Amino acid sequence: MIKTLKANSIYRTIRKVVITGPIWAVLLGVFIIASVVTPDFLSLRNLTNILLQSSLNGMLAIGMTFLMINGYFDLSVGTAMGFCAVLTIGMQPYGLITAILAALVAGLAIGAINGLFVVKAKINAFVVTLAAFIGLRGLIFIYTGERSIVGQVDGFATFGMSEILGFPTLALLMLVFLVIAEFTLRKTGHGRNTYAIGGNAEAARNAGVPVERTTFINFMLCGLGAAIGGIFIASRMNAATPMLGWPDTNLKIIATVALGGTKLRGGFGSMIHTLGGLLTLAIISNSMDLLNVPSFYNRLSMGLILMLVVYIDAKFKPTAA
Amino acid sequence: MNRAVSKVIGIGKQQGLLVAFAVLILVFSLTAPGLFLTPKNITLVLRQIAIWGVIACGMTLVIVSGHWDLSVGSLTSLTTVVAITLHDKIGPIPAIIIALLVGLLSGMISGYLVGYQKLNSLIITLGMMGVLQAITLIYTGGKYSRIVEPEETWFSFIGRGFVWQIPFPVILLAAIGVVFTILLTRTVYGRRVRAVGGNPVASKFTGIRESFVVMSAFMLTGLLTGIGGVMLGSRMMAAQNYIGSGYEFQVITGVILGGTSLTGGEGNIFKSIIGIVIIGMLNNWFILMGMQYYYQWAAQWVIILAVVWIDVAGKRARAME
Repeated sequence: MIKTLKANSIYRTIRKVVITGPIWAVLLGVFIIASVVTPDFLSLRNLTNILLQSSLNGMLAIGMTFLMINGYFDLSVGTAMGFCAVLTIGMQPYGLITAILAALVAGLAIGAINGLFVVKAKINAFVVTLAAFIGLRGLIFIYTGERSIVGQVDGFATFGMSEILGFPTLALLMLVFLVIAEFTLRKTGHGRNTYAIGGNAEAARNAGVPVERTTFINFMLCGLGAAIGGIFIASRMNAATPMLGWPDTNLKIIATVALGGTKLRGGFGSMIHTLGGLLTLAIISNSMDLLNVPSFYNRLSMGLILMLVVYIDAKFKPTAA
Repeated sequence: MNRAVSKVIGIGKQQGLLVAFAVLILVFSLTAPGLFLTPKNITLVLRQIAIWGVIACGMTLVIVSGHWDLSVGSLTSLTTVVAITLHDKIGPIPAIIIALLVGLLSGMISGYLVGYQKLNSLIITLGMMGVLQAITLIYTGGKYSRIVEPEETWFSFIGRGFVWQIPFPVILLAAIGVVFTILLTRTVYGRRVRAVGGNPVASKFTGIRESFVVMSAFMLTGLLTGIGGVMLGSRMMAAQNYIGSGYEFQVITGVILGGTSLTGGEGNIFKSIIGIVIIGMLNNWFILMGMQYYYQWAAQWVIILAVVWIDVAGKRARAME
């Protein structure tokens, strides 16, 4: 009796996950296809590599998920990440801690500027973040003087390459952040407010939800995600180039989150499903790399996937969110 | 106090753009004496902005109809490369025609998806941006393309030629600007574009075929981007694959500076072109002042936020009255 109940609840949980997040079925399909067509795909080394690669974009996608559930986009995440990576490397003469703090503060500040102009000045979020996207590229070039810069702290690079029990540390960190983010979405007032605003901002306002504060915080979370992503990439390469995050990281991240099932109009989505989108795209680009497909086909697939997701999103609305 | 402020804003708003234009010319010529306000420099600036200006005519239409087109930069890359590579193979006229058709087709695809399928234009054209850039790279195989004997062809006239001391691209821009001003302000079609953007619900009840209007606005933008690509190809006589990357930002900035409403419904082609000229003058001034070209990106971040803020605040002040 108890056993069947338990089996039943497990079945129901799986069913719920598949219904609310068809991305997992897609991920499974992509995984099977990749292991069949790509010779070296199924090695442990490659699988950890995929995890490591997705940890960088993962941090950006976590922040973007908050914002997209809230009903906004941030087109500046790519160059925000680049700027924070450049700061992490460039500020190292003042100490590693200072450099990391500078990157975090910069990310939060970028998010705060974007959020302030959207919330207080009521400017279209798309214009605000597109302007920041180009502006930050300018700041990156000004700071680096158009050159690549190399880190000076060796331990920092070792950290980026390190592993815990065979898992890349950065990937584990990303997963920890993801779990915290999911917890924040599900169990805290801020998370509930975010869903409420994305679902219907006017109703949320009437119900007493602090719409402006919540949106502002989500912009800052998006900036923070970009900052941590930037620190990750800086520690993995132990260097930063002015071209980091240009030109289509924003495209990739929005595609990731949308593929994970977060509604483009907001109000629906989850971090766990974003992880599904992240792994799916990471597997696609990884097997394309292994098959020696030129990298521009990768970009082509990102663009097409994004357009396809928007189409599905518009045509097959879930009846119950 | 508040009233005085809103009155100043009101007057500034009336002819704010032209006031700003005059002030900027004054400031630039005082800070760069003998360099800025010379016939040679003015010609240079106008020649540089002609391509953005042509694309901006279409972008104004798209924004007035309530949508965005982020793909114009990548489309410029593609049409430029197409025009250049085909020039030596099939001759200038067929090459130009095919480049224009490529632009038209791309605009038709975005326009169909946005107009008929009612998909989010921002995401669709962001996806198109990735797709078109990838197609450019696939088409050229990542190689630099150029016209082998640039001195032997009349093709260079489009981008480099002069008619009575006036650069031909500027004449082209003026002609297209006049045609599109008439189209937007004096024709039934233009009235429909404005109606669709300004009040979609009402325009539906009056029987305007919204889908077609939106699609045609995108198609015209695609066509103009094709013309821009031909002009760019003809000026450079060679192209790398990312040649148009970032154009979407220059064009959108110019259109926004020109006071086109971000929510659709109103816009002015002439002012969009003035907005583009301001961007061009600014870039030129940075270089005359001995600063690196990338300072302009950071400056544009500030300028666009300031201008849109003033615009939004002015509208709110008027709404209050």
